[in-house]
Amino acid sequence: MNRYFPLVALVFFAAVPLWLQDQYYLHTLVVAGIFMLAAMSLNLLLGYTGQLSLGHVAFFGIGAYVSALTSLGFDVTVFGRQISVEPWPPFLGLLLGMATAGLCGYLIGKLAFRVRGAYFVIVTISFAEVVRLVALNWVDLTNGPLALPGIPPLTLGFEWTGYVTLWGKAENYYVVLVFIALAYLLMKRLVQSPYGRAMIALRENETLAVSVGVSVTKYLVLAAVVSGAVAGLAGGLYAHYIQIIDPMIFMFLNTVTMVIIVITGGKGTLAGPVVGGLIFGLAPVFLRNYVGPEVQWILYGCLMILIVFILPQGIVPEIERWFNRAKPDRRNDAAGQEGSSVLALARSGRANH
Amino acid sequence: MLEIRGLVCRYGKVTALDGISLTVPEKKLVVLVGANGAGKSTTLRAISGLVPAASGQVIFNGEDITGMSASSILAKGIAHCPEGRRVFGQMTVLENLEIGAYLRKDTREIAADRDRVLSLFPRLAERRRQVAGTLSGGEQQMLAIGRSMMSRPKLIMFDEPSLGLAPNIVEQTFSIIQGIREAGTTVMMVEQNAFAALDMCDYAYLLEAGSMVLEGDGKELISNPHVREAYLGVTAHA
Repeated sequence: MNRYFPLVALVFFAAVPLWLQDQYYLHTLVVAGIFMLAAMSLNLLLGYTGQLSLGHVAFFGIGAYVSALTSLGFDVTVFGRQISVEPWPPFLGLLLGMATAGLCGYLIGKLAFRVRGAYFVIVTISFAEVVRLVALNWVDLTNGPLALPGIPPLTLGFEWTGYVTLWGKAENYYVVLVFIALAYLLMKRLVQSPYGRAMIALRENETLAVSVGVSVTKYLVLAAVVSGAVAGLAGGLYAHYIQIIDPMIFMFLNTVTMVIIVITGGKGTLAGPVVGGLIFGLAPVFLRNYVGPEVQWILYGCLMILIVFILPQGIVPEIERWFNRAKPDRRNDAAGQEGSSVLALARSGRANH
Repeated sequence: MLEIRGLVCRYGKVTALDGISLTVPEKKLVVLVGANGAGKSTTLRAISGLVPAASGQVIFNGEDITGMSASSILAKGIAHCPEGRRVFGQMTVLENLEIGAYLRKDTREIAADRDRVLSLFPRLAERRRQVAGTLSGGEQQMLAIGRSMMSRPKLIMFDEPSLGLAPNIVEQTFSIIQGIREAGTTVMMVEQNAFAALDMCDYAYLLEAGSMVLEGDGKELISNPHVREAYLGVTAHA
């Protein structure tokens, strides 16, 4: 049941636009999905390597700006040299934004993982602030506070097939859904590989991990690159979906949202950011009929505190525990039996010597 | 097999090791005894590349390994079983063992070694899917020992294997270490439980305030008046 659950969830969410025609609800789901994607990327760092990036919005914003700028085209003068870029197809822009954010992940990783823990938190916050100031003040390139309007929506297709432009909510919903599924698979493959095992070992006990031969910088930088790239992808999707971005995208609040999603859902679990993203993405829809936005934020705060107190591991690990208690895992028993026969073999082998 | 020449280690301005030299011959059990803060753990950490050496040399099988990274030293065949029965608390017993073989690529052999370790420690076999943090102290120590065997080391270094364990578990731990040595792996051990350690070893060194003050075979050190007084709690004329 556990194994097929992600697939069932995917099928369910793929069917949603078939019965849900309300554009506002679809829009909420698309934005929730984009933040879910960003939270998934943060979860790799926070949940699996144990490093808290409080500047994660920087990768998101870089992805958004690079993708937006390359698909709009720009003229800018750097050190007296004029650089002109013709508009690129939005999908290439999206990939370029992802690559740039991944590259920033590499640089930040190289730089910041020399100092871990609290210092890493500070470096990431400063990084996000620097990027925000660049976006705000480099008016020639980014339009500064006047924002970058008219970002083209994503287009699908190739030269020989013709292009389809994704104007509608449902189309964008599917694009986001596909990327979430891909990111989920990527994270699953990564954390269940020896690489992921090494990251978890580093989180658990760094000295011990080093003593079994795990290279600290290598895996932390790898996690930062993948995390940065996926956050950049989420930012790019956001830019092409909302079609206008300004330096407000680098708001600290956006990072906090991602952290809340990860912690509520359950850091260090694959499904955690998805569950957390759904809760915090959809909560405004249900709450807005009853209370104003100011009260909503207070409620989120209370919810967050409650969850940290009652479910310190997050929602997903708690549900998993509940499931395991309700139903003893048959697979484990079978493996235990097979294991004991191996043991018996080993013992008899010993006796024969 | 392992030779240390004039090793100096510093933590900031504090000199932890002030030019020590020692030799660990192949297939022997060598013990390093000394009081708290004498530099025993630092010696092991310097050998396995976890602390840099300020000067001096560490030579393993004729090769100078001073200044190499921890992972390449492990790959050369030196495993370090750190102090305080360190295990990865959130990982299962099996995962802990598997990560011990982290640098190895021979999947099939790893599985065979894992089963061998589990057959050595039946308690671990019973709890193979249990999260390591929920094991008892003795079981965690067994797991830490088992994990360091998973890299197929030529030399295993144990740091205070008896620390915080019940007396019968201490005995069991020491007999496992004896077993490892008898199976042909060279062992170096740091121990505060001086009597038991000196009794079981082939050769011993006594470290005091970062300097080597005595060496000899175990029995010799046990009968040394200074050792008796300072480490075994026996007065010289008793």
